[in-house]
Amino acid sequence: MRRIIPLVITVVFTVVTPLLAEDASSSTNAVTVQTTQSAAREPVLDTGNTAWVLVSTALVFFMTVPALALFYGGLVRKKNVLSILMQSFMSVALVSLIWVAFGYSLAFSDTELIPGVLGDFKWAFLHTINPADLSPYAVSDTVGRIPHLVFVMFQCMFAAITPALIIGAFAERIKFSGFLFFTVLWTIFVYTPLAHMVWSTNGWLLKLGALDFAGGTVVHINAGFAALVTVLIIGKRKNLRSTPPHNLPFTLIGSAMLWFGWFGFNGGSSLAANGIAALALLTTNTATAVAALVWALMDVIFNRRSTILGVATGAVVGLVAITPASGYVNVGGAMVIGAIASVISFSMVTWIKERFGYDDSLDVFGCHGIGGLVGAILTGVFADPSVWKSFGAKYAGLAYGNPQQLIIQLIASGVSITVTLIGTLIIFKFVDLVIGVRVDEKSEAIGLDITQHNERAYTVIE
Amino acid sequence: MKMIVAIIQPFRLDEVKEALYAVDVNLITVSEVLGHGRQGGVTEVYRGHKETGNLLRKMRLEIAVNENFVEPTIQAIIKGARTGEVGDGKIFVYDLNEVVRIRTGERGTEAIG
Repeated sequence: MRRIIPLVITVVFTVVTPLLAEDASSSTNAVTVQTTQSAAREPVLDTGNTAWVLVSTALVFFMTVPALALFYGGLVRKKNVLSILMQSFMSVALVSLIWVAFGYSLAFSDTELIPGVLGDFKWAFLHTINPADLSPYAVSDTVGRIPHLVFVMFQCMFAAITPALIIGAFAERIKFSGFLFFTVLWTIFVYTPLAHMVWSTNGWLLKLGALDFAGGTVVHINAGFAALVTVLIIGKRKNLRSTPPHNLPFTLIGSAMLWFGWFGFNGGSSLAANGIAALALLTTNTATAVAALVWALMDVIFNRRSTILGVATGAVVGLVAITPASGYVNVGGAMVIGAIASVISFSMVTWIKERFGYDDSLDVFGCHGIGGLVGAILTGVFADPSVWKSFGAKYAGLAYGNPQQLIIQLIASGVSITVTLIGTLIIFKFVDLVIGVRVDEKSEAIGLDITQHNERAYTVIE
Repeated sequence: MKMIVAIIQPFRLDEVKEALYAVDVNLITVSEVLGHGRQGGVTEVYRGHKETGNLLRKMRLEIAVNENFVEPTIQAIIKGARTGEVGDGKIFVYDLNEVVRIRTGERGTEAIG
């Protein structure tokens, strides 16, 4: 300890001083680079890039339904499986509508209601966006652009999966109407401002230089910490004891489909079919593989057997953790991130959850909140400046002599956590007061499939 | 020796089990069954079509007990399963001729608990 403290103080001082003095325009992010380059070459439509992001959009859609729906659906008791599938499905439907109506505009417009925090209604109903318009957003290819509408749809799928991730937290006791109302409000008041801060041209965290390649803060920290708030408000399930997942094959298939879809989530976030997309694919696959293996190893050490649920969970944790880092780190960095995230999430769901006794049904906080946080912070450590050499930018982390990046990542993570904790607290409490978030005891005992949807997933005879 | 068979609402299983443990009845066989009494089945809706008269999901408990445990067991099942609504279920009590514990070959009241 004694050796570490002065070191930390020195690091903080050397980093914060220039950080505070830094002018926003001097930060090296992709969007600013774009303006300097486009002076030389006008952006044009690139069909290869467009094709890849179109495919990626469909891949990200696939992550919510059926992938996430099956992953969560397998983990609950069989009387609640339909409720999980239904909520996932409805997330996509609801958010898709909000997104084209005004969600996209609030998140990504360059004119703003609150500077740096929230856009305005300039692109409401996408009415001024022509199919021939090029996307104003570019990441790794500032000349070869995709149509603006492709960017809208790609981002739509990100917005759709984020509230769906939270479903696992309040599973088996949420009232369906409460869920719908919560999802609508949460998407508008928590997701869009955070997406604006981190990804939009004028977002203040982007200007600060925060690195989040595919949504570690906006999607995973956001959903994970929101999940924690909702379980604390809604309370534990009744008669809670460890019930075995009702269909582990569903869970493993869901996890494998998430892995598959994530190639679009991370690879597509390059917004181009180029080396950075390839890098994102490589790091995503590597970190996920390592995280699954490490989880299996810990299962053997602490529970004597490696388990299906263990590798399925480990893989998802690896996917979550590599998300913010996927386009910035090299393959070694990906391995370390996957391993560290797996160890920390394993400890969270095995011991720490037990200790605090909160009932996060399907470990959304332990996997997405913590995995996302670990990934966001480690991006500031392992970002390798050499990988972007040919793409007109340079992102370096602590391990490459830039401790400042780590501080920026900590700030961005802290801001995301604060926004989501406060926003979710207000919204979930509000929904609880207005229509209630929890079903009555009898409905909970009978199961949400029959009581909320009047259907059941399985018959006994017939 | 008696064999007690009870048909109960599935969502009361946890309560019934706890009530049984409280009176020291720990040996129980549970199966999922379908059926209906006066309650007359449920109505489920599939693509707008009501399916009426479907058999209801129930839990069937089988508990073999010695005479002095018969009444406590019945009371425990009632305590756990009763909601006061139609469909709470029934308890049947039969005479039990013989019990054999396979592992030891013990018989009768020795083998039951």
